[in-house]
Amino acid sequence: MLKTPDPLVTLRGAGLQRGGRWLVRGVDLSIRSGEIVTLIGPNGSGKSTTARLALGIVASSEGSVRRRAGLRTAYVPQKMAVDWALPLRVQDLMGLTQKLSIAEMTKALDLMGAAALLPREVRHLSGGELQRVLLARAVARLPELLVLDEPAQGVDFSGEIALYDLIRDVRDRLGCGILMISHDLHMVMAATDQVVCLNGHVCCHGTPELVAQSPEYRNLFGDRAAAALAIYQHHHDHSHLADGRVQHPDGSITEHCHPGDGHHLGETGTERRYALKGFDDA
Amino acid sequence: MMLDDFFTRALLAGLAMAVVTGPLGCFVVWRKLSYFGDTLAHAALLGVALALLLQVNITLAVFVLALAAALAMLALQTRVALSADALLGVFSHGALATGLLALAFMTWVRVDLNGLLFGDLLAVSKTDIGVIFAGGILVTGLLVAFWKPLFAVTVNREIAAAEGYDPVRYDILLMVLLAAVVAVSIKIVGVLLITAMLIIPASAARRLSRGPVAMAFGSVIAGVLAVSGGLLASLRWDTPSGPSIVAAAALLFIAGLLVPQNIWSKGTAP
Repeated sequence: MLKTPDPLVTLRGAGLQRGGRWLVRGVDLSIRSGEIVTLIGPNGSGKSTTARLALGIVASSEGSVRRRAGLRTAYVPQKMAVDWALPLRVQDLMGLTQKLSIAEMTKALDLMGAAALLPREVRHLSGGELQRVLLARAVARLPELLVLDEPAQGVDFSGEIALYDLIRDVRDRLGCGILMISHDLHMVMAATDQVVCLNGHVCCHGTPELVAQSPEYRNLFGDRAAAALAIYQHHHDHSHLADGRVQHPDGSITEHCHPGDGHHLGETGTERRYALKGFDDA
Repeated sequence: MMLDDFFTRALLAGLAMAVVTGPLGCFVVWRKLSYFGDTLAHAALLGVALALLLQVNITLAVFVLALAAALAMLALQTRVALSADALLGVFSHGALATGLLALAFMTWVRVDLNGLLFGDLLAVSKTDIGVIFAGGILVTGLLVAFWKPLFAVTVNREIAAAEGYDPVRYDILLMVLLAAVVAVSIKIVGVLLITAMLIIPASAARRLSRGPVAMAFGSVIAGVLAVSGGLLASLRWDTPSGPSIVAAAALLFIAGLLVPQNIWSKGTAP
């Protein structure tokens, strides 16, 4: 950790004030290449604000935010609405801030199992489909820093596991730093190097295991935290069975680069849920 | 010479306007700026009054006033605790009333108020055509050159900001372009109908276009049809040219509603 190169972005005591109220304050945080940092915390705890500060979408009211010069960033916002008046197709969205050939777009979408969506109008996509397109768009930028605001929104439980596997895979391929917001620590544990737990300020931070066991985290999330830890142990056992850092727990998904494919996910998800159940019973 | 014919001059000026207002109008529609456009146009009336008072170039004065109003509204929207809608209402009607008052006070200048409010395309001079073409080429050139960031900021400010396009910069660019269009087209359709030429052709094109660029071209075509149709009607029935053009555009919009939505799904995509 200490001898890794310069961080991509560093926040020091960063905070944002709006209308006389601090949305978040005193955030210390840095993200390095190849590192996945996850922000967790309850609603209104300043997760999205922290991500926006890190990207420079908003300027900090106090403290400092330093991004490496010329940093190539990509952002997947929490939600996105497209008005009827705007005839925006997936291909228009893919090329929003970059020049991409149709082949490049297809390749990026294919990675998310969403290649068939290319000619569709964004307005007509379901929440999960839009999420995949936004993720594909961000990955196609080949970012050095990728920021994901609740990437698992609108994705069901089984899809969520595959999604986090996929995000880890993106990190391994691109070697980029990833800042991710999640509502649920146990879901992202396996895919996270550092966790920052927010509640208007940094409540605790460290490796996922440390944070999950810290009294601050348990105070903040109550019973759910304890339960999350238990479930996490299951995940842990399972990935050990399959083994390998990049490899997914169920080998079947990894080989086809189609982790986002709907039917596939459904099947493996059920299998996994049964497997978990079996584990519980044993 | 061809330009000596008043109808040819009117047609040329009108077509040039349609080519500029089409793509820019798409941005107005996409960003829901139609009321904003009205406000700029009303500020333009105040610009005319000031130009007459100070004896400066009218087009330039209108541009400056419209731009000042636009930038003031941009700044106020983020700072004043009043809804954007109400704020625009205050600005828009405030500017219109002040402009009319200023013109009424200046009893020593004779102003064709009707021409200012509704335009008088049949009276455009060769100089006017020069101004319209120069302004049009400049606005369209800038729009094409900065299409990508302007579009990105329109689709999603957050993504654009996160990935290197400063939204405020492109807001200002859009305001400059809008103010320029208002300034050059005030003579053609007048203060009250400029926004119509931005919104109606773009809206008419929307249902029939797939993709933003197709919609921009579509609104140019709709604008060209509206200008030609409106002018011919104006010549034939001796109706005022500005309202005739806008009415033609509205008719096109209604005709567009009758075309089935899935027109492209079977046939060829543009």
